[in-house]
Amino acid sequence: MAITMDEPVTRRDFIHIAATAFTTIGAAAALWPLISQMNPDRSALSLASTELDLAPIQEGQAVTVMWRGKPIFVRHRTADEIQKAKAVPLSDLKDPIARVVDAPDEPATDENRTKAGKEQWLVMIGICTHLGCIPKGQKNGDEKGAYGGWFCPCHGSMYDTAGRIRQGPAPQNLAIPPYAFETDTKIKIG
Amino acid sequence: MKFVSQRSFVRLAGALMVLAFCGGLSAAEEEGQVVEKQDWTFNGLTGYYDKAQLRRGFMVYKNVCAACHGLRLLSYRNLGEPGGPEFSEANVTQFAADAQVTDGPNDDGEMFQRPGKPSDRFVSPYPNEKAAAAAQNGAVPPDLSVMAKARSYERHAAWYMSPVIWVSDLFTTYQEAGPDYIVALLRGYAEPPAGVTLASGMNYNKAFPGYQIAMPKPLSDGQVDYSDGTPATVDNYSKDVAAFLMWTAEPKLEERKRMGLKVLVYLVILAGLLYLSKRTIWRDVEH
Amino acid sequence: MDHYTQYQPTTGFTRWLDSRLPLVRMAHETIMDYPTPRNLNYMWTFGGVLAFCLGVQILTGIVLAMYYAANTQLAFDSIEHLMRDVNYGWLMRYTHQSGASMFFIAVYIHIFRGLYYGSYKAPREILWIIGVLILLVMMATAFMGYSLVWGQMSFWAVTVITNLFSSLDSIVNGLGTALVQWIWGGFSVDNATLNRLFSLHYLLPFVLAGLVVLHIWALHVPGNNNPTGVDLRDIHREAVPFHPYYTTKDGFALIVFCVLYAYFVFYMPGYLGDATNYVQANPLQTPPHIVPEWYFLPFYAILRSIPSKLGGVIAMFGSIVVLMLAPWLDTSRVRSTRYRPLYRWFFWALVVSCLVLGWLGGKPPEGNYLIVGRIFTAYYFLHFLVIMPFVGIIETPKPQPRSIAESILGPSARGAGRMPHPAPAAAETR
Repeated sequence: MAITMDEPVTRRDFIHIAATAFTTIGAAAALWPLISQMNPDRSALSLASTELDLAPIQEGQAVTVMWRGKPIFVRHRTADEIQKAKAVPLSDLKDPIARVVDAPDEPATDENRTKAGKEQWLVMIGICTHLGCIPKGQKNGDEKGAYGGWFCPCHGSMYDTAGRIRQGPAPQNLAIPPYAFETDTKIKIG
Repeated sequence: MKFVSQRSFVRLAGALMVLAFCGGLSAAEEEGQVVEKQDWTFNGLTGYYDKAQLRRGFMVYKNVCAACHGLRLLSYRNLGEPGGPEFSEANVTQFAADAQVTDGPNDDGEMFQRPGKPSDRFVSPYPNEKAAAAAQNGAVPPDLSVMAKARSYERHAAWYMSPVIWVSDLFTTYQEAGPDYIVALLRGYAEPPAGVTLASGMNYNKAFPGYQIAMPKPLSDGQVDYSDGTPATVDNYSKDVAAFLMWTAEPKLEERKRMGLKVLVYLVILAGLLYLSKRTIWRDVEH
Repeated sequence: MDHYTQYQPTTGFTRWLDSRLPLVRMAHETIMDYPTPRNLNYMWTFGGVLAFCLGVQILTGIVLAMYYAANTQLAFDSIEHLMRDVNYGWLMRYTHQSGASMFFIAVYIHIFRGLYYGSYKAPREILWIIGVLILLVMMATAFMGYSLVWGQMSFWAVTVITNLFSSLDSIVNGLGTALVQWIWGGFSVDNATLNRLFSLHYLLPFVLAGLVVLHIWALHVPGNNNPTGVDLRDIHREAVPFHPYYTTKDGFALIVFCVLYAYFVFYMPGYLGDATNYVQANPLQTPPHIVPEWYFLPFYAILRSIPSKLGGVIAMFGSIVVLMLAPWLDTSRVRSTRYRPLYRWFFWALVVSCLVLGWLGGKPPEGNYLIVGRIFTAYYFLHFLVIMPFVGIIETPKPQPRSIAESILGPSARGAGRMPHPAPAAAETR
């Protein structure tokens, strides 16, 4: 530009500043779509939630559904399993935090890992918190480990009937995804 | 770059163009497909979709066209998303659930049917093209997802009218040749004129290239109930379903045109600023 | 051209960098200090516009490649998914699609500017040849890009154009067919073909970028031509530093260009294309009219003018070869057509020929269309092979100005004219 550092900005040079500034605004606005396009698109977002009908799941049975690419363990627990889970003192637990996704940390009691009034339904992300394998225990013939819940065949982690880690290398309880009961027999995950 | 005898050349060119324009216009409809230009709300710099029209159009599609034509590039949730017919969530869930979607394999290794969800793609009436052809005497009813962009029509004007058409299309932002054609097609069924024999299984249509189309006339008055009081005529059905198909082909039209206006205004202002900046810089230099 | 540089690295870091890899110095010399003739008109802004187009195509192309599936079953749907569900996907696609057309609008104007002002003549022959190579790579890239959509027009355009090589069978038996099957990777245009088209379409723009670097280098050695065609002699009186004079002028011209570009992207995205390409590719059904994109129409018309298949192919490629030979075909001692009163008519006849050939390329090659097409094809070759050599010899040119300074300042240009302020004369530290 035809000025030295000492001269004050004149009206002539204002046009250059204005033009440059206006160009920069446009360039930034043009950059946004390039960045935004990499975010999950509408079809991915439409699969952000999954609904599940619980009516066909008998007591003592479990199903695995996919949610956001992850397996979700849904178990219709028996009274026995619920009682066993409630009987465990917190001090016995390897991981004392409930691990509910997107919720503040709370003690890993059986009540905190299920919904009020619906304690027979256990909904968890079926990914072992050690190195990501899918634990066994959903089917009746599966190995369930010493605590009657789930057993991870990769490195021997054992989870109890509330999905909490009791033995083995896994550091945390199986995570609880965000979900809600739409009716007594239907849940929406995510 | 100066022309020799520029003024007389320009006058001659002007006279020729006026002549061409008048001659060309009258030649426009002598032969070929009979397609009229329609008025559309989505034409032009401020184009938009009339939601009520899109909803009526969807009802026509659902009740008449969906029997044979798929819409496989759309998902049911699109019916509720902004920029389209914007049906309520309840309606969208209902439309989806009305359809049976093939899912699976289940734990027995079999595919099974289940009611649709909004995230599912529209279910096509036939599983594949061969099934469609078998059911339709060898003719495959095409999928309608992008039909409004996949069709155009011959203008059939005199050869010298080409540049006139190009320029006038550019200034009117004419992008509606597809819907215009669809309307003309749906309204174009008629008795074949004297001397024309129809091939077996074909129907005469004034707008279809070659005039013989395998699809029998799909629309008749009163066929679909319009709950908003619009007269239930073939003319309205054809207009509404064509508008709906324009949306299925271009669901982002409103967003695109809104953004376009902002971008054009921005660019014009920026051009002005840059021009002034350039002039200022060049002012002191002889050039 | 002598080096004319004002670059002085002022900070410790810039001095350190400059002594190891003089990138900043190179940028300074190339796009800031570079002495550019003062009298360039707006026809000289298209080079910058073209560089912008290449940048936009590469940027949007990389984004598109994140979503495109190069498989015959998935290609069409992957693009529709991009258009409907990906955030701003429709914007990326239309920008890329219209960008190709804008690229060709700019390149054709750029080429005709070169032809009019004699920019191809010595000492800029290599610059010109690299330019024609750029045109060829652009054409290949655009052709392949269009095929990726895998619509009816994509598929059949690839089938028709690759089938042309089978005309070599009439020279060496079996050579053409072998070549075509090698290109196809099979016995017909299919998945193998599509995959390699995608790979090459991704590659060539970077080859193009390399050619553009050579093109600008080849320009900076002799320096820019100018509307008078007279050589630049006095940098101080006849030239200005590229920045800020031509950065602002090119910037302004670019934004005006972008207005047209935006008009196509946002309001007329289908105008320059063909509706048939929204029908998925069907190898069992040929569309009634196979037409390439508008920027190929003149070459398509030339191809179909010649009755023999091999002859048509030779003519089509020949039309570009003949362009490449312009520096040697044109015998005129005067560069700029401004001072060539006879050649001027033929120049405009060439422009008209190219426009008419373009229009004819979209028409069926029969009847009057074919006859007129042959006439204008003949003129095209006549122009380069006969008129350029001949008119250059017999023409009496108009008197040229003795220098650029004289053309700017008038015949009494001696001592008049101020030296412009060179680019940042600010803050000279000692």
